[in-house]
Amino acid sequence: MQSLKEVIQKTEFFQGLEDRHLDLIAGCARLVVFQPGEYLFKEGREAQHFFLIRHGRVSIELHIPPRGQVMIQTVGPGEILGWSWLVPPHRWRFDAKALTVVRAIRFDGQCIRTKCESDHTLGYELMKRFTAVMAERLQATRIQLLDIYGTGSKTG
Amino acid sequence: MAPAQRPDNTLSGGPSPWLPQKGTVVSRQRQTHDVITLGLEVPGTFSYHPGQFNMLYVHGVGEVPISISGHRTAENGHTVVFHTIKVVGNVTQALARLKKGESLGIRGPYGSAWPIETFAGNDLVLIAGGIGLAPLRPLFLHVLEHREAFGNVFLLYGARTPADIVFRRDLEQWRKRFDINIEVTVDHAWAGWYGNVGVVTKLVARAPFDPVHAVCYICGPEIMMWFTVQTLRERGVPDTNVFLSMERNMKCAIGFCGHCQYGPEFICKDGPVFPLPKIWKYLRIREL
Ligand SMILES: Cc1cc2nc3c(=O)[nH]c(=O)nc-3n(C[C@H](O)[C@H](O)[C@H](O)COP(=O)(O)OP(=O)(O)OC[C@H]3O[C@@H](n4cnc5c(N)ncnc54)[C@H](O)[C@@H]3O)c2cc1C
Ligand code: FES
Repeated sequence: MQSLKEVIQKTEFFQGLEDRHLDLIAGCARLVVFQPGEYLFKEGREAQHFFLIRHGRVSIELHIPPRGQVMIQTVGPGEILGWSWLVPPHRWRFDAKALTVVRAIRFDGQCIRTKCESDHTLGYELMKRFTAVMAERLQATRIQLLDIYGTGSKTG
Repeated sequence: MAPAQRPDNTLSGGPSPWLPQKGTVVSRQRQTHDVITLGLEVPGTFSYHPGQFNMLYVHGVGEVPISISGHRTAENGHTVVFHTIKVVGNVTQALARLKKGESLGIRGPYGSAWPIETFAGNDLVLIAGGIGLAPLRPLFLHVLEHREAFGNVFLLYGARTPADIVFRRDLEQWRKRFDINIEVTVDHAWAGWYGNVGVVTKLVARAPFDPVHAVCYICGPEIMMWFTVQTLRERGVPDTNVFLSMERNMKCAIGFCGHCQYGPEFICKDGPVFPLPKIWKYLRIREL
């Protein structure tokens, strides 16, 4: 059976990390499983974790009265979920719900933050990776806001 | 279907390419609240290539270009040609109101086709946005018919919401096959949708095709195609392997009136399907 470190090492997100950093990260990680409909986290609660999805699909949602639950984005295998653990006040801004059975690696944010404070090289490596994820999501959100298939577009 | 060169324009190959023939509505299939597929019976055989379009004329209202989204041979030997129409204005509204048995004018097929024959052995990536799936559908059916000739095949489709997905039944059927990869995403969704939510470019970024040996066919709103091209370039797909279907208002559809000019190209005659290098520099020019 693969160790957690081996599983983490194989993911695109952590590719290229030094062995000692992988050890540090694996020390803050554990495998988790969610059933369909189960929440990985809920808006307003303290953000103590982030997830790397290995299998299944998670919906990032917001409750907007009177429309109800609105799905903003889905996250799937190989993708990172959650960065509120990184940014004060460390509270979730959205709900994250498993749409299918979800297998993921859950990382303890407090644990990782502490290790990053004492090893800035690790901190920088992680920051680079999270910035890339955030930039990708921001770009996707901008395109979504354009409403490219909406009224005014011909082939929409 | 779909040899490399253009077919004889059966309907317009008579005395004048301007002259529409009679098409009779034999089927109406509602796709979404504002999209309908009309089956139009035309006499005899009708040959076309995937990516081409017809000019549909509603008596007393006007004429518009609409892509061919499929065909079948009727029991009486005539051909039923399918057109999938989104209601946006007068003519498309009039088309959508036509009932079974009513007739319209049809001339075509016109324009360039999706090139496919020269790409045997490659991975194929069909990327559609909104009703852009309509012109890609005949290409996809052709690929399914000749599945063994190609590498991995991907259909990546983005729509506005789950309610705006066209060809839902086809997508469900195709998804059952093990030899093709179909991914659908919507920009906005609510409870009850279990698929992807997010922009179509995300599907393009993640689909496991071989960028160096992939041929990509894109049809959708221009801005969607532009973002998609950026993502394909980031992945290392050569521009020469990317084909787009463009749209402009049309009148003659045979390269006479200049209505559909796009840079030095006429979309009706040189397009609508273009290789990316031919049109890239005009894609984001506002006046065009
Ligand atoms: C090659 C080609 C293939 C097409 N295939 C399909 C298809 O398969 N299904 C489909 O639903 N539509 C297709 N279209 C688009 C379709 O031709 C237009 O939606 C139609 O001409 C609109 O006519 P209308 O009278 O209903 O609307 P109009 O009243 O003419 O237009 C409504 C609004 O749309 C704008 N507009 C009209 N036509 C265009 C255009 N071509 N490009 C940009 N803006 C435009 C007008 O300026 C106006 O603001 C295709 C267009 C081309 C050029
Ligand atoms: S529509 Fe007349 S030249 Fe193209």
